[in-house]
Amino acid sequence: MYAQGLIGADTASGETAEFLAAFQARIDANEKIEPREAMPEGYRRTLIRQIGQHAHSEIVGMLPEGNWITRAPSLRRKAALLAKVQDEGGHGLYLYAAAETLGISREQMTQDLLSGKAKYSSIFNYPTLSWADIGAIGWLVDGAAIMNQIPLCRCSYGPYARAMIRICKEESFHQRQGYEIMLTLAAGSAEQKDMAQDALNRWWWPSLMMFGPPDSDSQNSDQSMAWKIKRFSNDELRQKFVDATVPQADRLGLSVPDDQLVWNEAKNGGAGGYDFGPIDWSEFWSVVKGDGPMNRQRIAARQKAWDDGAWVREAALAHAAKKAAQPQAAE
Amino acid sequence: MASAEDIFCGLLRLADDHLILGQRVSEWSGHAPQLEEDLALSNIALDLIGSARALYQLAGETEGKGRDEDQLAFLRDERAYHNLLLAEYPNTDFAHTILRQFYFSSFQQLYWQAALESTLPELAAIAAKSLKEVAYHHRHAADWVIRLGDGTELSHQRMLAAEANLAPYLGEMFEKDALAGRLADAAILPDPAELQAAFAADRANILTRASLPVADIESRLSGGRSGRHTEAMGHLLAELQYMQHRFPGQQW
Repeated sequence: MYAQGLIGADTASGETAEFLAAFQARIDANEKIEPREAMPEGYRRTLIRQIGQHAHSEIVGMLPEGNWITRAPSLRRKAALLAKVQDEGGHGLYLYAAAETLGISREQMTQDLLSGKAKYSSIFNYPTLSWADIGAIGWLVDGAAIMNQIPLCRCSYGPYARAMIRICKEESFHQRQGYEIMLTLAAGSAEQKDMAQDALNRWWWPSLMMFGPPDSDSQNSDQSMAWKIKRFSNDELRQKFVDATVPQADRLGLSVPDDQLVWNEAKNGGAGGYDFGPIDWSEFWSVVKGDGPMNRQRIAARQKAWDDGAWVREAALAHAAKKAAQPQAAE
Repeated sequence: MASAEDIFCGLLRLADDHLILGQRVSEWSGHAPQLEEDLALSNIALDLIGSARALYQLAGETEGKGRDEDQLAFLRDERAYHNLLLAEYPNTDFAHTILRQFYFSSFQQLYWQAALESTLPELAAIAAKSLKEVAYHHRHAADWVIRLGDGTELSHQRMLAAEANLAPYLGEMFEKDALAGRLADAAILPDPAELQAAFAADRANILTRASLPVADIESRLSGGRSGRHTEAMGHLLAELQYMQHRFPGQQW
């Protein structure tokens, strides 16, 4: 989902050619860049944008799944879903902390999310309409996120790479859990199987869009690749995802909603891979620009939580200030 | 003498408290005043649901009719749920949520402490595990009661409103009806009436530190133990039971 973090990124830097070359030499030697070290402004700006969008995606991503916590069909599923949504909040927390090492506050990032200045993954602007959507999100959305994130464990920026190692472990657990929900539904009643197929039909194309626009349209990829903020192109990752996921759909006995999907022996340098139908990029851009099915509701929900919580945050600060003002002896 | 039926009913009361409060607290996931509270409230809900599962499993084994945790949790009519009315009280705002959590955790911490001595070893084991969790819930909620009671004029007013609304339900926690009496006599479950004094002391300590007045514990509103609920309960169950009602008998 995080390749979308580079949409509209401005990688331009005003430093001298000498400074940029020395920095590039460190990157090329696979050195990790750490918070207080010198870095090009464009590098810092691009990372803040990408990590911030990743953090916001985790936070907004709590909403569509949270929509089913109170209606989960068994206690075991309810507990697993609660734990998953909690993990996403935890990921948001480490990612905000990683972005803060680059000199932006969590408060500022939150304001940027609420004002629409900062984006989050387009996928969370789709609604969760049935229990099977919880399975499909784990399987497809977390599956696509892992494809994007595994390479980021080797990102040149130390705090982001380290956060990503921990996040990837949890995401792969979520992905297996989601697939297991789909397996259970696919092996269940006709109604359950229909529910699973319907979820796959609705989540398949938006999941492919998570990798971001086609390489032919990603202007900033070259610089981000050179800086090792991004390690594979959008289309490469999308292809890997399709190749990994289609056999999983087959195992479920579900059909991928693409009548142009076909195995192509010649693909991937002769290793074979799937050709797939065209992605509706007009839908993607419409969702990115704010006109997806749930964009307004997602931001409204975050805004409401922020506004409704203002008195709580103010009270906590006021109490802390009163305590700090008390003489030590009173403790 | 406590019969197997008594033990089953006693465990169900306890399990229902945890399930219904866990369901309520889980409604906050993704909507809390700050990210740290999203994590804390989800964690508390998760612990409550976890305790509910252990208690329903034990209740089902005690009953011996082959009902599993989900059949007990999802497939009863409203009148057959026996939770405290406090547990089903709507979240309302963060003040009500946190005060409700403080009251329940304070009571439950004393309850689990006493249940370590239960003559039912499976229950003593659940008590030992849950005690560690409830100690955290109690500390977390008590800290917030103090912060909010003491924080700003607005937060103080909101805590006063929450206290006024929740106080009438407190007495129900300590009610000792015939069933609770038989289970206490057999040392299977703690005697709830015996926990009231320690609860009152804990409550007075925290409310005082929060600059909130300490009113008497009222028993004005009760009925949950015999299945007479508030209007809020039907709506809670409509969500909780939705999938099991719509798709009966499926594996999930």
